[in-house]
Amino acid sequence: MIPRPHPTDDAVRFVDDRLGASKAVKKALRYVFPDHWSFMLGEIALYCFAVLVATGIFLALFYSPSDSDVIYRGVYEPLRGAEVSESFGSVVNLSFDVPAGLLIRQTHHWAADVFVAAIVLHLLRVFFTAAFRKPRDVNYFVGVTMLGLALVEGFLGYSLVDDLLSGMGLVIAYSVLMSVPLIGAQAAVLVWGDAWPGSPELWPRMFIVHVLVIPLILGGLIATHLTMIMRHHHTQFRGPRRTEHNVVGTPLWPAYALRSLGLAAAVVAVLVLLGGLVQINPIWEWGPYHTADATNGAQPDWYLGWLIGGLRLVFGYEPVVFGYTLVPNPFWGGVAFPLVVFGILYAWPWLDRRRERDQAHHQLLDLPRDNPRRTALGAALFAWVAIVFFVGALDRIYFLLGVPYEGQIWFWRFGIFVVPVLVYFVVRRVTTELSVGRARVLRGWYGQTVRRAPGGGFEVLTPPDGAAPSVPAPEGPKGVTDTELGRVINALTATLNDQRPERLDVDRLQSLVTDSLGGEEKLAVVPDLNGAQVLDTRGERLADIRFAGGAWTVERAVPARDELPASPREPTRGEKARARARGAWRKLRP
Amino acid sequence: MRRRPPGQDEATTWEREVPRSGVMEGLVALLLAVAGVCAAAFAVLYVLDASTQLLGLSLGLAFAALAAALVVAGKRVVPQETAILDKPPLPDPEEREEVRELVRDAGEGVSRRGLIVGAAGVAGCGLGAALVLPIASLGPGADARLARTPWRRGRYLVDEEGERFGPDDLALGGFLTAFPEGADKEEVGSPVILARLRSQELDLPPERRGWAQDGVVAYSKICTHAGCAVAMFRYPLYPPQTPPPALVCPCHYSTFDPRNGGERTFGPAARALPQLPLMLDAQRRFVAGGPLSGRPGPSYLTVRK
Repeated sequence: MIPRPHPTDDAVRFVDDRLGASKAVKKALRYVFPDHWSFMLGEIALYCFAVLVATGIFLALFYSPSDSDVIYRGVYEPLRGAEVSESFGSVVNLSFDVPAGLLIRQTHHWAADVFVAAIVLHLLRVFFTAAFRKPRDVNYFVGVTMLGLALVEGFLGYSLVDDLLSGMGLVIAYSVLMSVPLIGAQAAVLVWGDAWPGSPELWPRMFIVHVLVIPLILGGLIATHLTMIMRHHHTQFRGPRRTEHNVVGTPLWPAYALRSLGLAAAVVAVLVLLGGLVQINPIWEWGPYHTADATNGAQPDWYLGWLIGGLRLVFGYEPVVFGYTLVPNPFWGGVAFPLVVFGILYAWPWLDRRRERDQAHHQLLDLPRDNPRRTALGAALFAWVAIVFFVGALDRIYFLLGVPYEGQIWFWRFGIFVVPVLVYFVVRRVTTELSVGRARVLRGWYGQTVRRAPGGGFEVLTPPDGAAPSVPAPEGPKGVTDTELGRVINALTATLNDQRPERLDVDRLQSLVTDSLGGEEKLAVVPDLNGAQVLDTRGERLADIRFAGGAWTVERAVPARDELPASPREPTRGEKARARARGAWRKLRP
Repeated sequence: MRRRPPGQDEATTWEREVPRSGVMEGLVALLLAVAGVCAAAFAVLYVLDASTQLLGLSLGLAFAALAAALVVAGKRVVPQETAILDKPPLPDPEEREEVRELVRDAGEGVSRRGLIVGAAGVAGCGLGAALVLPIASLGPGADARLARTPWRRGRYLVDEEGERFGPDDLALGGFLTAFPEGADKEEVGSPVILARLRSQELDLPPERRGWAQDGVVAYSKICTHAGCAVAMFRYPLYPPQTPPPALVCPCHYSTFDPRNGGERTFGPAARALPQLPLMLDAQRRFVAGGPLSGRPGPSYLTVRK
């Protein structure tokens, strides 16, 4: 009997007949995704983008980009007879007169907010797990660029509506552009086509940038981002069988594909439910914008909150020389602040390489606690931005709690410099405790210690008065830090497996080790019977280089730092001073 | 040639488990059916022109059920596999050396490299200047456009309905927005805010003594910080009469003092609000006594000229 073909066989044959793509398809279906919830954040952003494109196409079919005045004659009673711009009128009409129009518009707006939120969370994940390191720094730049574009895209999107809130935002953007030193006024008149409110061409210009130019660039960057991920493969956290040279996880087909499609459907579900059930930007309540109108309590979409905060926080000062206003005030909060933040984000992989003296490729992620200094610096940076964010909503704090607005602003004009420093030290302390303190007994000693007796057998050490008995602790490497040893081992492993030598060239390995320690000869590589050993300055064996199973392996011979109990250390200067003070105090007392 | 050994760059199975759970298959089928029913409900509701809430609920639940079905299928129905994919290192030293030589060979036989590079620098700078400088042609135009306002001596002030009005239309502590009669209301230079205080409270600079009428002062309504409308007037009528009277912009809370010529008292604005001199005609209606005292709107290089 001839076996019946499986129903999917035809599809496979069709593709292979036409494209000869079986090899590529096989590779794609066997692409491995490491499982971790935080790897979903980027996917959420991707699916939000898809929702934005789909709903955006629908909206574009009804929107008309024009600031010419029309009399509103739609179904919304309170606005009837009002003089509104064609843009505003068309958005009110698509909200009330087009079936499902309001659902699509609100879904679009929610999708934009979730899109930026997902990108920011993804950025934080990449930042604090050090996924931006070589070779992924280029892809990280693509991601940061997409974040910047998403902010501009979102701002343009809600400016197009031309309601009271968006008009206030747009005139602030005009003023911020005008505040660029020397060329600001010309630039603003160039972009707007005239002095505020600008020429009628402004609206078609904003529209085409919002629906075509930026989405096209974003689409191209997303494609680049994904292609580079496929080339690099995913990073992964440390775990069983996970090394710098493999990916361990679920293959795309079938389980991961189903789960990821499930995530896509979940993203659509949440956005549609929000769009249907949670009102967002009811422009008919704000009304149309006119230059002479403004409303109190205005807040932009969340992702621009840090810019309004920056504008509000700055001192009311402008340097003037010979009557020329060199730096108009909005420049500091509206241009300099975001430029500095994005400048730091772009420079971060380079700063991190310099700070860590680490040029190696990395496939395994750090946990935030693995590198307290990086985590603390990042937390301070993000605290800085978050404070400015918060400052943008201080008027809400006044309304909620009655704390005077002026006092709050004065507090944060100085707090902005102090709090990030505090955050740095607190986070550094906490992460250091997390990384080294797991093996340390916190209070007292609850257990017994068993030791092999010098003459054979075992003896139980009983602590004298609840204190831990002194057992000589196994020692870590001398002269090098744990991180440095890890770096040396990584460098050796990478080189040996890349070159697959039949015999070890100890001199080459020695120079490799010295290079990866920044040129200092702190470790020695010496040959032994099975391969080679890495020794520290006092001759202690720190790692073995062995040939096993057709590959070279480098194994630690000393426990990693976080497996070590706290070793007795020299008291710090502060502790010595405190001990001296205690002694002096005891002498003084009768 | 050194090439990666076979078996690398291909995922190998580490663990594989086939769930074989009839219950879960049934659950997936049920969820898919729910998704279909909800989607059909959306279609029906759409035809019936139902409310946004019902439309969003039906479509959202359809997608939620679909999501649940896919996730259950992905985790409990299809085979669960953990695979290991060995990755060869990205850089390939041999290929890299070849590329390096190819790139380097381009300069073979070239003897005056420095000269050519220098000349290319000249070309680059010249072209850059040639392409960037024409932006400057916007310069004087921008300045003139930004400086223009419709306010002239003798121009009537009108309210939002276009009616002329006088100090008797404004109660103590009241304020309203006015425009130059017949001008474009949307220009930055047009809108002014009129506020009525007590005459004895006013402390205008000496050269502006006659600019107020019956305690009414007029300032440009556009904030000198970021161009929003200064839409709030604080005037405590009853004790405690602190904080003092102020004009406040709701965007970034720049605060100006209407008593002393619109000087800033708080917030990020760095210039005072430009003041409009007021006069009264024979019927006690407001007429502009001259142009604004400075350029209205946000700052730029020549704003104080």
